[in-house]
Amino acid sequence: MMTEEKKPLIRLRNIKKSFGGVVAVNDLAFDLLEGEVLGLIGPNGAGKTTIVNTITGFTRPDAGEIFFREKKLTGLPPYKIAELGVTRTFQIVRPYPSLRAYKSLIVPLWSQRARRFAGSRGGDRDAVAIDLLEEVGFERDAYVPYKLASALPLGYLKRLELARCLALRPEVIICDEVFSGLSMSEIASMVPLVERLRRKGVTLLMIEHRLRELFSVADRVVVIDFGVKIAEGKPEQVMQDKKVRRAYLGEELEL
Amino acid sequence: MADEERRRERLDRGIKARTGGLYAVNSWREIGYLLAPRAGLVLVLLVAPLVVPGLYWQRVLCFAAVYALLAISFDFLAERVGLVCIGGAFMIGVGGYISGSLNYYLGLPAALTIPIGTLGGAVVCTLFWLPCLPLRGIYFAVVTFMFPFLATSIILATGLFRGTEGLSPVAGFPNAWVGIYLIMVVVLVSIFALRRLCGEDIGLVFAGVKDNDQAVLASAVNITRVKVYALFIATLIGCFAGAYISHFSGFVGVSLFAVDFTIMPIAAAIMGGPGSIAGPALGAFILAPLSEALRGFGQLRVVLYCVVLVAFILFKPEGLLNWATRKYHQFEHWVKV
Repeated sequence: MMTEEKKPLIRLRNIKKSFGGVVAVNDLAFDLLEGEVLGLIGPNGAGKTTIVNTITGFTRPDAGEIFFREKKLTGLPPYKIAELGVTRTFQIVRPYPSLRAYKSLIVPLWSQRARRFAGSRGGDRDAVAIDLLEEVGFERDAYVPYKLASALPLGYLKRLELARCLALRPEVIICDEVFSGLSMSEIASMVPLVERLRRKGVTLLMIEHRLRELFSVADRVVVIDFGVKIAEGKPEQVMQDKKVRRAYLGEELEL
Repeated sequence: MADEERRRERLDRGIKARTGGLYAVNSWREIGYLLAPRAGLVLVLLVAPLVVPGLYWQRVLCFAAVYALLAISFDFLAERVGLVCIGGAFMIGVGGYISGSLNYYLGLPAALTIPIGTLGGAVVCTLFWLPCLPLRGIYFAVVTFMFPFLATSIILATGLFRGTEGLSPVAGFPNAWVGIYLIMVVVLVSIFALRRLCGEDIGLVFAGVKDNDQAVLASAVNITRVKVYALFIATLIGCFAGAYISHFSGFVGVSLFAVDFTIMPIAAAIMGGPGSIAGPALGAFILAPLSEALRGFGQLRVVLYCVVLVAFILFKPEGLLNWATRKYHQFEHWVKV
């Protein structure tokens, strides 16, 4: 609708990355526009997580450049990229097993960026952490936020990943399969959370295999296969694309 | 009956975490319950030098305290920050050589050389190990293990600090009691300060680095900086022990880089209870005197270390103090029912 007027926030230009002989990402370019929810889909092994790792500095691309506004991200270490407000979740959740759920948010809250944003309650990181957990759907009781992360089920750990991003007051959240491994009811409760984030003005790049849920929130979709972009556009357009159907959904599937 | 108690314990955990402070000062019984083990530790360490028979055992106690400091430093880095640093001998050597040479060449008193040796040694150790910080686990351990040998070789090859002869005499303490209580107080302060530190926000970041350093990176925190902080704190403790030893034994030589200073604290940490900070100190205060008592057996004492290590790893991997803590808290729940 308004896509034309939005400014690009993150620009990927000719990104190339290969691991040994395997070309994970080949000459990929797309824009993430300010305030949008962009879906990034593709079959297993298409290079989606590699793209996330490349944007957030966890791997260096062999060639190409990534810009956040005017700032060049390629070559920066991961913590500096997060410091700029480009945050990510991990597909395989990375909790701190020995810390209680709310205490694990002290780590991002301790960072320079979070401290810059800390308001009147800046010193009381515990209280801020509990609020953040509530925001991503933890019960505000005397029990769940105080559990050890090692004792939490996957649904909560996925939310904890999001809370870690939120603690940094992010401009961009790159969600690496936040829906995967969750039950239908858990996903149903995550979708409104994504909507809420979008309304708050957070830009989201969502990697998903759950297309139905993704399409209910995404403004645009980029489809990649074998590290190459094969389609880009509105979800309904993209799904009509012949190449996409062949590569990703299979010829016969009706969605 | 047994089932009831177990349920109760599970319930308590959440409440305790939430209202830790309030819960503790609820009643004199609660205060006493929390205070007893801490006061016990303070009392034992302060009274022990008075009750042990004779000067010899007092000196053994001091050496045990040196090992305790190294064990605390090792335990803090390994269990609370995830840096397995087995370069205890390097900390001892650097701290010892700085403080000892300041006294030997410039005649500075111990009151000056020990703080300079502690701080300067920590800076030197941290700078030397800084390039190794991106390494993790066993790789960091191996590299730190090599440093004492490196230092020994350099000193022997170049004849720096009078090479094999070493620097002697280094001035001792004004009197024996100052020496004894200095290190006892430092052991106590280190234990309580480190345990407090681990509960503070930066301590949680340390725990984060240990549990999952990638997630810490994604939290906009520079893990190398965090590791440098931790390393500096740990080497402060280790280098103090070194600076202390140079004045305590009145001699500085390559024996300060001996591998004992690396191995014994690890054995103490495993025996005392890894991760509890106080446990490794306890282990050192048991192992060091035990090894002295068995001095008659000569090199066979090493067998003792091995037996202790193997036995604890196999049968009590949680170590003495963690086991005792668990029992202590379980007893509490019995009372509450």
